Amino acid sequence: MSETKTLPTEYVSHPGEIKSSLGHTVRTDEMIINMGPQHPSTHGVLRLEIVVDGEIIVDVIPHIGYLHRCFEKHAEHMTNYQQVIPYCDRLDYCAAINEEHSYVLAVERMLKIEVPERVEYIRVIMAELQRIASHLIAVGTFGIDAGAFTPFLYAFHDRELILSLFEMTCGARLLYNYFWIGGLSHDLPPQFVDKAKEFCTYFKPRIKEFNDLLTYNEIFVKRTANVGVLPQDVAINFACSGPMLRGSGVNWDLRRDDPYSVYHKIEWEPKIGKGEMGTVGDVWDRHIVRMREMEESVKIIEQALAALPAGNVQAAIPKRIRPDAGEIYARTETPRGELGFYIISDGSGTPYRVKGRAPAFVNLSVLPEISRGGMIADLVLIAGSVDIVLGQVDR
Amino acid sequence: MTAVRIYFNNIWLALSSIAIGMRITMSHLFVKSVTTQYPDVKLKMPERARNRLYVNIDDCIGCDQCSMACPVDCITIETIKSTPDQDLGTTSTGQKKRLHVPVFDIDIAKCCYCGLCVPPCPTECIVMTDVYEFSEFDRKNLIYNFSVMMPQDIEQARAKLKKAEEEAAAKKAAAAAAAAAAKAAAPPAAPPADKPAGAPPSQQPSTPASDTPGQPGKS
Amino acid sequence: MEAFQNLGFWGTLLVTIVLSALPLVFVLLYALVTIYLEMKVAAHVQDRVAYMRTGWHGVLQPIADFIKLIQKEDIISVAANKKLFILAPYIVFMGTYGAYAAIPFSSIFIGANIDLGAFFIIGISSLVVVGILMAGWASNNKWSIFGAVRSAAQMISYEIPTALAVLIAVMITGSLNLQEVTKFQAGGIQNWLIFGGPLPLLQKILITPFTLITFLILFVASLAEVNRTPFDLPEAESELVQGFFTEYSGMRWALFYVAEYANMFLVAGVAVALFLGGWESPFGSFLSGPIWGLFWFIIKGMVLVFLQIWLRWTLPRLRVDQLMYTSWKVLTPFLFVCIIAIGLILVL
Repeated sequence: MSETKTLPTEYVSHPGEIKSSLGHTVRTDEMIINMGPQHPSTHGVLRLEIVVDGEIIVDVIPHIGYLHRCFEKHAEHMTNYQQVIPYCDRLDYCAAINEEHSYVLAVERMLKIEVPERVEYIRVIMAELQRIASHLIAVGTFGIDAGAFTPFLYAFHDRELILSLFEMTCGARLLYNYFWIGGLSHDLPPQFVDKAKEFCTYFKPRIKEFNDLLTYNEIFVKRTANVGVLPQDVAINFACSGPMLRGSGVNWDLRRDDPYSVYHKIEWEPKIGKGEMGTVGDVWDRHIVRMREMEESVKIIEQALAALPAGNVQAAIPKRIRPDAGEIYARTETPRGELGFYIISDGSGTPYRVKGRAPAFVNLSVLPEISRGGMIADLVLIAGSVDIVLGQVDR
Repeated sequence: MTAVRIYFNNIWLALSSIAIGMRITMSHLFVKSVTTQYPDVKLKMPERARNRLYVNIDDCIGCDQCSMACPVDCITIETIKSTPDQDLGTTSTGQKKRLHVPVFDIDIAKCCYCGLCVPPCPTECIVMTDVYEFSEFDRKNLIYNFSVMMPQDIEQARAKLKKAEEEAAAKKAAAAAAAAAAKAAAPPAAPPADKPAGAPPSQQPSTPASDTPGQPGKS
Repeated sequence: MEAFQNLGFWGTLLVTIVLSALPLVFVLLYALVTIYLEMKVAAHVQDRVAYMRTGWHGVLQPIADFIKLIQKEDIISVAANKKLFILAPYIVFMGTYGAYAAIPFSSIFIGANIDLGAFFIIGISSLVVVGILMAGWASNNKWSIFGAVRSAAQMISYEIPTALAVLIAVMITGSLNLQEVTKFQAGGIQNWLIFGGPLPLLQKILITPFTLITFLILFVASLAEVNRTPFDLPEAESELVQGFFTEYSGMRWALFYVAEYANMFLVAGVAVALFLGGWESPFGSFLSGPIWGLFWFIIKGMVLVFLQIWLRWTLPRLRVDQLMYTSWKVLTPFLFVCIIAIGLILVL
C-alpha cells in the first residue's frame, strides 16, 4: 500500500470576481456555515463556524461552552472530597472510570496513603475495560461520520457487555462512582473474573471483524488516509495527548512514562501511528491507534485478571478526609489523553480549588489547524477522529 | 509500482474489501438478534443495581447523614426531638430512635444515583432498589415523601416538645433563680450571662430542623 | 394498447387513466414493502429486530408511518421560495414515475411500448435533478444548497456511465425498445445479456467478460443515480444533516422518500430489462407467460433492490472528489474499453 502515498491536493481559495461565460462579472465569496450546535456529527453540542469556498474549508472556528456545568466551582462547594467523584464521572461520560481514577489518585497522593494491591489491580482492570468501551464509541461513531452505520451497532453491542460487567460490580452502567478515595465502593462480585475472561476471549475476534468491515475497507481508507494530517511538531506544540498524539507517531503514554497503579508490572506497549495507508498522523492512523489500543487493553486485562491478589478493597483512611494544605497535580492516561486534576487544599474538608486538564478540550484546539484545506466531508471525519466528549470540553 | 498498477490495484482493493464487508454483514443477517423486546422482556437487574432510592422510614433515626453525603442535595430531612417520656421504639438494627422524622423527602428528579447516601446510614434504612420505571407526567410526583407522620402527629410532637422545653426552661430559670438567690452576694453579671443559654431552646424545634438539610455548608 | 383504439374519446381517456394508474398502485405497494424490507434488513444485519409491535413482526409499520406523515403539519419555512418549494417534490416524483411508462413489466404490460424506451428512461429521469435543485434552492438553507449541488453534479456525471452501459446492451440487441431487448434474451438464463446473450458460442465466450463488467458498472452507476450508499452524498446525514430535503416534512418529505424508493426499483428494472432477461423466465419456456413474466420481473428487480439495501448497510460513503474520480476515471474508461471490445467482437 505504501505506493499509493500521495499528499493531499492543495486547495486554494479564490474570493474575488470572475467573468462568466456570458461576459457578466460575478462576485464570488466565501460562505460561512454553522455546523452545530445541533448537527448529527458534532458529537454533542459543539458549534463549528466554518468558512467555506464551495466545499473547501478555509477556516474553522470551534465555539464551545454549550455544556458548561461549572464542574470546578461545584467541586469547591461540596461537603467533602468524596462528593466530587460523581461530578468527575460526568466530565467524560464515555469514560467515567478513567476520570475517577485521576481524581482519586490526586487525593490519595495528597493524603499520602497507599491503597492495597488488590485495589490497584481492580482499578487497572476497570480502567482498561472502560478504555475499550470508550474507544468502541469513538470508532463506532467515527464509522457513522464516514457513512457506515452498521459498525456502530456492533461496537455498541460489545460496549453493552462491558457495561454489564460494570453494572454487576457497582450497580451503575454509565456513571459509576466506583473508585473511592482509598479504595473502591464494592469488591468484585464472585463471578466477575470468569465473566471478564469470557469477554476477553469473545472480544478479540470481534476486533478483527470490525477491522475487516470498516478499518480496511478501501472506501474508508480512501476517505481517511492523508486527511487531517497532524504532524508531530504541531501535535506536541498544541499539547495533544492520547491517541491524537500517538497517531502522529509520538511514543508517549502516561501508563508507561509516568506509571501509576500497577501498569509497570504488566507487559504491554503503546501503539503509535505509522502512516501505513498514507501520511503519519492522518485520520486513519488515529483510528488504527484506537483499534490497536483496544487489543492492548485486552492483553492488560487478561494479565491483571491472572495476577489479581486477594485482600481488602479499602485502605485505612481517616473518617474525615482533610489533606494538609498544599497542592497536587495527578494525571492519568484516559482514552482521550492526559487527564490531570490540579487540586489545592487549604487543610479543610473540601478542596480549595480543583482544576481539570481536559484532554478533549486541548485536542479540540488543534482542529482548525488540521482541517484547513480539506472538504466538509473531511472536517466531519477529522472532528470524529479527535474524539471529543463535550462534557469534558466544557466541564 | 507504476501508476497503472496502482490504478488497477485500487480497483481490486475496493472490490475485494467491499466483498469482505458484504460477507460479514450477510453472516450477521442470520444471527439471532442480541436485543430484547423491552417492555415484554426485561433483563434481570444485578444484585447491586443502583436505581430508585427507597427509605425504610421505620428504621430511620433522623441522623441526617445521608443528606450530608448527598452531592446534589436531593434529600430533605426535618426532625423533632422526642421528649424523654416518649418511646419511639428501636430500629431493626437495635438502635434507639430519639427523633421524630416529620419530613423525609427525596427529590428523585435531582438524584444522580451515585449511591453515596447508602454507606453512611447507620441503620441501613436508605437503599437503592432495582426499580427503574418510575416516570411521571408531573414533576411534583417525583418528590417522594417517605415520612409517615400525620399532620396532627407532627403538631402533637411539636407541642409536646415545646411544652417539655418550656418546662425545662422554666426549671432551668427556676434553678438559675435559685442559684442566683443562693449566691445573692455573687457578682451581678451572672443573670445576663444565663439569658442567652436559656432563650434559644424555645426556638430550637423550627430553626435547626429546617436549616440543616438545606445548607450542608463547610464542616 | 392496440386493443383499445376504437373506444372514442372518453373511453380512451378512461383506459389511459386506469393504465397509467396501475404502476402507481405498484409503486406505492412496492414502496411500503421495500421500506419494510430495508428496515428489517438493516436491523438484522446489525443484530437487531426492527419493528415488532405493529402487526406480525411489525408488517403494518410502513402504513402507520404513512398515516403519521399525512397527519403532520405542513411546514414551509418563512425564508423559503414558496412556489418552488411546493413544486419540487412533485417534479422529483414525476421524473421517476414518468420513467415507469417505458418499463416492461410483462409481455403484455408496458405503459408505452415506445421504440426509444431506454433512451426515454434516461431522458425523463434527468428531470429528478431539476426537482432536487429546485428543492435545495427553494429551501433557502445552506445545507440544502450543498445537497442539491452535490446531487446535480453526481447525477449528471453518473448519467454518462449509465448511458454508455445502456448503449452496450443496445449494440448487442440492436434495439432501444426495452420490450425487444427483453425478447432478445428469451430462452433461459444462459441467453441473458449479462452472459453475452444468444450469440454464437465463440462470440458469446469472448463477449461475456465485457458484459459482466458492463452490468457491474451499470449497477454501480445506478446506485449513484438514486443516491444510495456509498454514493449518498446529497443526503449524507453526518455531513449535510438531510441534504436537499432538510427543510421538508410531512407529506412533501414522504413524496421525496417514495420517489427515492421508486427510483431504486426503476434503475433495478432497467438493469433487469437490459441485462437480466427482463420478464423472461430463467428456465426458458418453463414457468413463462404474461403473469409469470410479471412475477419474474418483480423478483429480479427486488433482488437488485435487496443488493442495494445490503450495500447500504455495509459501506461507508465516498467523498465528492472520489465520487467524480469513480465516475470519470474508472467507470467511463472501462465502459469505453467494453464498447470497443464488444463492437469488435460483434463485427467478428
